[in-house]
Amino acid sequence: MLPYQCQELNQLKSNNKANLKPRRRDWISLVFLLFLTGCDGQSWNNPYPVQERFENILYSSFSERPNHLDPARSYSSNEVEFTGQIYEPPLQYHYLKRPYELIPLTASRIPKPVYIDKKGKRLPANASVKDIAYTLYDIQIRKGIRFQPHPAFVKTENNEFLYHQLDKEQLTSIYTLSDFNQTDSRELTAADYVYQIKRLAHPKLHSPIYGLMSAYIADLVPYAKKLKQAADNMEGHYLDLNKYDFDGASVINKYTYRIKIKGKYPQMLYWLTMPFFAPIPWEADRFYSQPGLEEKNITLNWYPVGTGPYMLTVNNPNLQMVLEKNPNFHGETYPTEGMPGDQESGLLADAGKPLPFIDKVVYTLEKENIPYWNKFLQGYYDVSGISSDSFDQAVNIGAGGEAELTDEMKEKGIELKTGIGTSIYYFGFNMMDPVIGGKSNDARKLRQAISIALDFEEFISIFLNGRGIAAQGPIAPGIFGYRSGNEGINPVVYKSENGKQQRRDLAEAKQLLSEAGYPDGISKKTGKPLLLHFDTTGSGPDSKARFDWMRKQFRKLGIQLVIRNTTYNRFQEKMLKGTSQMFMWGWNADYPDPENFLFLLYGPNKKAELNGENAVNYSNKEFDRLFIKMKDMDNGPERQKVIDRMIEIVRIDAPWIWGFFPKSFALSHQWYGNSKPNFMANNTLKFKKIDPVLRYQLRQEWNQPILWPIMFLVIVIIAVIIPAIILFVRKEHKPALISEVNKS
Amino acid sequence: MIAYIIRRMLYAIPILIGVNVLTFVLFFVVNTPDDMARMHLGMKHVTPEAVEKWKEERGYNKPLLINSDETGTAVLSNTIFYEKSVGLFAFRFGRSDEGRDIAYDISQRMWPSLAIALPVFLVGLLTNISISMLLAFFRATYIDITGVITGVVLMSISSLFYIISGQYLISKLWHLVPISGFDIGTNAIKFLILPVIIGVIGGIGSGTRWYRTIFLEEINKDYVRTARAKGLSELRVLFRHVLKNAMIPILTGVVVVIPLLFMGSLITESFFGIPGLGSYTIDAIQKQDFAIVRAMVFLGTVLYIIGLILTDISYTLVDPRIRLE
Repeated sequence: MLPYQCQELNQLKSNNKANLKPRRRDWISLVFLLFLTGCDGQSWNNPYPVQERFENILYSSFSERPNHLDPARSYSSNEVEFTGQIYEPPLQYHYLKRPYELIPLTASRIPKPVYIDKKGKRLPANASVKDIAYTLYDIQIRKGIRFQPHPAFVKTENNEFLYHQLDKEQLTSIYTLSDFNQTDSRELTAADYVYQIKRLAHPKLHSPIYGLMSAYIADLVPYAKKLKQAADNMEGHYLDLNKYDFDGASVINKYTYRIKIKGKYPQMLYWLTMPFFAPIPWEADRFYSQPGLEEKNITLNWYPVGTGPYMLTVNNPNLQMVLEKNPNFHGETYPTEGMPGDQESGLLADAGKPLPFIDKVVYTLEKENIPYWNKFLQGYYDVSGISSDSFDQAVNIGAGGEAELTDEMKEKGIELKTGIGTSIYYFGFNMMDPVIGGKSNDARKLRQAISIALDFEEFISIFLNGRGIAAQGPIAPGIFGYRSGNEGINPVVYKSENGKQQRRDLAEAKQLLSEAGYPDGISKKTGKPLLLHFDTTGSGPDSKARFDWMRKQFRKLGIQLVIRNTTYNRFQEKMLKGTSQMFMWGWNADYPDPENFLFLLYGPNKKAELNGENAVNYSNKEFDRLFIKMKDMDNGPERQKVIDRMIEIVRIDAPWIWGFFPKSFALSHQWYGNSKPNFMANNTLKFKKIDPVLRYQLRQEWNQPILWPIMFLVIVIIAVIIPAIILFVRKEHKPALISEVNKS
Repeated sequence: MIAYIIRRMLYAIPILIGVNVLTFVLFFVVNTPDDMARMHLGMKHVTPEAVEKWKEERGYNKPLLINSDETGTAVLSNTIFYEKSVGLFAFRFGRSDEGRDIAYDISQRMWPSLAIALPVFLVGLLTNISISMLLAFFRATYIDITGVITGVVLMSISSLFYIISGQYLISKLWHLVPISGFDIGTNAIKFLILPVIIGVIGGIGSGTRWYRTIFLEEINKDYVRTARAKGLSELRVLFRHVLKNAMIPILTGVVVVIPLLFMGSLITESFFGIPGLGSYTIDAIQKQDFAIVRAMVFLGTVLYIIGLILTDISYTLVDPRIRLE
């Protein structure tokens, strides 16, 4: 179909031909119209090709290129945004249900753990943790799942791989993966999953979870050593992992594989939702290991090979990345169940329909917030977050703290979705510090006093535009163990008044400070004011405002605060050495289990001595004992009881000021559907849908070019030029001598 | 002239070594190899073993400048500096710390940079020279005074202001061109209009003031008086005599930047989403990718030296009195 304006133009042309010789005025009109419309019916500011206007494409962006698309390495959110759509681990999270629920993805069912003792004897399901030597997870995958089309699978008539021995001549015409003429596929097998688990120990891949997994997956460390030895002695570039058996992951039959875990580790199932445990075909690994391809940046790290609903068809991280529907996708349907309210909000309207809904996703490089935001308002991006620059333009916060869209957003039909993330930002006291740390009563009271004085509700209001809730403990909402309302109040910092939680008075904080040996912030021992150090990173006016706010909070207690601002490198170094005094840091959950938050305070997980994630270097025997008990328990009242006690301990010890849980605000246009915040799942793209026709209509409506500024500019130029010409003519006709005389 | 060029190229070697040492020292004063490893390995679950392994594979586990454990030439050669720098002199940029081929990335990203820089340079040069000649022509009139004041105002405004206000007015309010983005081939034109307009306008203030000064200096010389005395029109005097004789100071500023056009603009590329070398360098600094940083600094230095040599050569073309010996 021709665009509307072009049809008009063609009509105009044919009329002219049929009737009489075109008059000059007609041609002027024609040229003007061409200029006006670009002859494509598109708005002038449309950054996308004309032919895409009615296509089922989602437009998104990336601000920096992802470093790793190899599932053994990708971990950052900007990497998983891609790998999550391409690779399919055996399990996934239910898109709509809360609390987060595990459901099979390629697996035929959720694997049940089998416990065995040291002798290999099978134990009952309720066996004691100390008797369990290993846990076996037998994972059965569904039949008939196929990999996306890829040149690595292409075979010749002689059953040899066509592209596994590329010579220099063949390589001369290869610049991207799409330069290979032929592609093929094959069925997914259990061996592909085992191959990937082996890759976590590959000496050259540096999988970020190798260190963590070596504590759980049986024999991962010796296996890594074996591979290192093999890699050092191998000829060529391909380390064939199939040659090296691994006790931690093994194939049982074509569609079943086994993961062997040391002891009991129920959280392993959550890891099975991540791309780290997605399948990799050995053919792809072999294909990409050819040195000629690596030199051209054609590697598994840049060109994924998956079974998921999408495949990466354009990978130009300098400009654009494109995901397109995988023609071999095995098929999946939209969930038929959700949470109360999902039906009413239309989230179940597509129940049972085949996924994915969107044909193609175009990610464009967009480094700055301002252009992204303006393009979103023009309809050229379908979804957007809200940066602090544009917050006031987008959202009004009501008297009760509720967020509401501004009239401008409402007029455009923009929708707002909010959700509390599974993250926490906390203020940490280094427990190794002689002043603020340690187990003494004085130090504990000092920390408690500061916890009361540091008003995080104010912080959220001033610096986050209300996008967060003050934390009462380490566990984020939506995670088992979190208690809401009065039940969940931290009694050390808050009190309940008339059913409402209220921060304790400053007088109480001052009393605690006095009991700690610092009445009015003056040390009883030395008679000098208490001086504390806050280690941080940051520059610019925003950081300065935060620092001023922080100083003000400490000043309320008479404590002098010294801000030690440094680079992130130096900050990390201080944390590793345990030389900081106070700092602020965050944690983003890997999986929805309280263990993934409480381990941040587990003694053997200290950062300074043991390089763990316990950045405050906190240690409490009872807490550590309960942690070991809690981590292996199933969710239920008993586990809740243990968690409650653990939280009680850390609230009193106060190694953290609990900070806040960030609240995410996402905006989407009215043509974007099935959007529900899900902070755990990374494969949610397949559930989203768009209405491209409505999008096109609204884009056209919102982006009609305004031409008067051009006309105005022309008039201004003429207005400047004409007097200049007059002056020029006058000057040229003046005798030179007179001109010189006048000058002197 | 060839001997002169060879001599200048030989002079370039110590300059390049010096720049390399300086870049190396400055980079590693701020970032240690451990910092680089942690940055590349991510924030979570990074073990000391992984950090060591990362450094070992990339050769960052060696001493920085002097290896006291070695003897002979290996004291200098078995160091990070030597191993990372020698290849540069043969234009072997190697691979980034992420593993990508730097030469390939440069070859891909220099064209978008050039696509903006070249039109901005040419249109800007033409605009600036035209306006400044106009001001010189109308010197000491209201046009000249207005031009000078406008020039001072324009050069006092930050380039970021031009970019943001340009995007706001032209793209957001009037919907005339896309706010940001890039494409290949002729599709790139619609994305280039705004950055080029902003680039040209942003340079008018300083450019016009600079060229006007040059022209005014020339315009008061004896040969101009002679030309006028011969009865030549002012226009002819300006274009045939003043412009020609003002070429040396113009070339000094112009030719030297020609090779650097490839290097791109940091802010413009960032705000317009142009995948050029400017944003490549900034990204590398932010990601602490020393391999890219040293390659880009080296390339920038080489191009600058080439620019200076070209400037010298261009003098001989516009002024026959100059000989390069």
